[in-house]
Amino acid sequence: MTSTATKPVSTMLYRSRRLRLGSLLTLPLVWLVGLYIASLALLLATAFWRVDPFTSKVTPAFQFDAFEQLLSNQAYLSTSLRTLGIALTVTLVSAAFAIPLGIYMAKIASPWMRGFLAVAITLPLWAGYLVKILAMRVTFTEEGFFNSFFGVFGISGPGFSQTTVVLTLTYLWFPYMALPVYTAIRQIPVNLFDASADLGARGWTTIRTVVMPLLAPALIAGSVFTFSLSLGDYIAAELVGGRTQMIGSVIANNINLNPPVAAAFALVPIAFVVLYLLGTRRTGALERM
Amino acid sequence: MKKRYRALPAMAAAAALVLAGCAADAGSDGAGGEITFDVPDVPMLEEKGDYEDAVDIIAWSGFVEPEWSDAFTEETGCVVNRRVAGTSDEMVQLMRTGDYDLVSASGDASLRLIVGGDVAPINRDLIPNFGDDIVPGMQGQLYDTINGKVYGVPIGRGANILQYNSEVVTEEPTSWDIVWEADSPYAGQITAYDAPIYIADAAVYLMYHEPDLGITNPYALDEEQLAAAIELLQQQNALISEYWSDPVAQITSFAGGTTVAGTSWEILRKLAADDKLKGTLPVEGSTGWSDAWMISAESDAPNCAYEWMNYTSAAEVNGKIAMNFGMAPANGAFCETSDEAAAHCEEFNALNEEYFENVWYWTTPIEQCLDGRTDVQCTSFQEWTDAWVSVKG
Repeated sequence: MTSTATKPVSTMLYRSRRLRLGSLLTLPLVWLVGLYIASLALLLATAFWRVDPFTSKVTPAFQFDAFEQLLSNQAYLSTSLRTLGIALTVTLVSAAFAIPLGIYMAKIASPWMRGFLAVAITLPLWAGYLVKILAMRVTFTEEGFFNSFFGVFGISGPGFSQTTVVLTLTYLWFPYMALPVYTAIRQIPVNLFDASADLGARGWTTIRTVVMPLLAPALIAGSVFTFSLSLGDYIAAELVGGRTQMIGSVIANNINLNPPVAAAFALVPIAFVVLYLLGTRRTGALERM
Repeated sequence: MKKRYRALPAMAAAAALVLAGCAADAGSDGAGGEITFDVPDVPMLEEKGDYEDAVDIIAWSGFVEPEWSDAFTEETGCVVNRRVAGTSDEMVQLMRTGDYDLVSASGDASLRLIVGGDVAPINRDLIPNFGDDIVPGMQGQLYDTINGKVYGVPIGRGANILQYNSEVVTEEPTSWDIVWEADSPYAGQITAYDAPIYIADAAVYLMYHEPDLGITNPYALDEEQLAAAIELLQQQNALISEYWSDPVAQITSFAGGTTVAGTSWEILRKLAADDKLKGTLPVEGSTGWSDAWMISAESDAPNCAYEWMNYTSAAEVNGKIAMNFGMAPANGAFCETSDEAAAHCEEFNALNEEYFENVWYWTTPIEQCLDGRTDVQCTSFQEWTDAWVSVKG
């Protein structure tokens, strides 16, 4: 018996390069183009549609009313800027925590400690997203853990406010920043540290001139997560934000009553992320990711 | 309640009643006849036939429970498929898919459904339980009786009350001023409902305190009146500890001490199970809601659907739903069925029309002024939604 008879499929795939490629890529491409991009495009196309003022029904059209509304009411701009500020703060705080932690874990901690910290960082990922937000809600409520614990020292918590939103989002997305940063630091060869020391650099100089440049791709990878996830979030604003209004809150309010405005406003975070990616591309960090 | 929509001059009202003359045979008392809308002509079911296999219902949580739906299935053979929705807007979207037969629509959803042609008029002859036992305040309301046709079978109603923590707010508030005025002693501890429909609450307050604005119906605001309401809401924004749209969040907000006063539902006060939380209906009155079953224009199980509406309108079943949800039942006869029922009716003011005189049921704001004004265009729900964004800034 020849192998052609026993393995007809693999033989056929071996002979035809196109078939091989096609069978490999069809499924992911259908997913990406058909479901992911097409549904997003359909949603965004709604921005140009007409909405019936009485029934809230949308009919296909090509008009810019939704965009005019976004421009004529100043609250949309202030909400966008506030959301941008929150997302940037979350990213900076996450990075500020992740770098020293990563250096400690990768270079100083004992193997046992390293394992413990790795588990501690990923542990929150085991719990559901909503559970974690509710945990923050319980912590920061007026008679909650924070106030009853720190109240002894005369410190009162931020309550439900923009600060709490930043803290909650940092808590939620920190692992996505900490893990790539830690991995990147681990991959820095030990002899680079030795070489730096041999040339007379002290700890801080080594971090600034050796570690940080090598860390940039990991920081950018992590920040794409923390930044874009924070931009799109609205549950945190709803449950621990008090009076905080984010882009997501406005979209959620409009999605049933005025879909074109919701779709048009959804372009704002997309624009922010695209600008952010373009900005990071100029630094060349994306190529090394 | 009915007189509320009779703001038109008598002549015009009489003319409209003549135009809507066929209302009488539909059993309506014609209260909704003054304001007419362009409503797509959807045929109503003329007579009942055999039961289908199943009926698909969109409902508020607690409206469709095995406790009473199982007996219905046993009786009719119609399997009840329930889909719980969280907001009126979600219900409207779901009804438009055409996959459902029935919806428990509140007043702010029903107008949209009727004018959108998504629901069919009701043939009252096929619902014997929809009779005189249904409390008068829930019959022939604008949001379910249009152009003389009845579109909704009443389920129950309730008011949005002023809830307060009696340990902090020691004297029972008689006015909503503690949640609106800048000099409120409870600044920073006030909660408000996080949805554009809450603009009507500001309008109710203004209607009482600023008569010069000329608001006669909180759901019929012209641009100037809407701007005044938004200004009041922005003033309130500075007092807010947090806005609520999730009922559980509201309960924990009061329980955790973050909030001491604000808008609430009777059911939430009950669920909180905390004696220090009290509720009241201040002098200005309040907004509220009134729910009704509506049948889809594309229902593929009309016989099951009609029987469900009839079944749930019976005193016993209607009372069970009302007690489960914590609202005033539509069927007043329930109140006489037992001591427990009587106590429930007392607590929720089921038969107290005077109480509900002061309650403005949620209604969809539209360009056509619901208070009958024709010299000015009112603001639509889209404009409310747009304005709501600027409340929180």
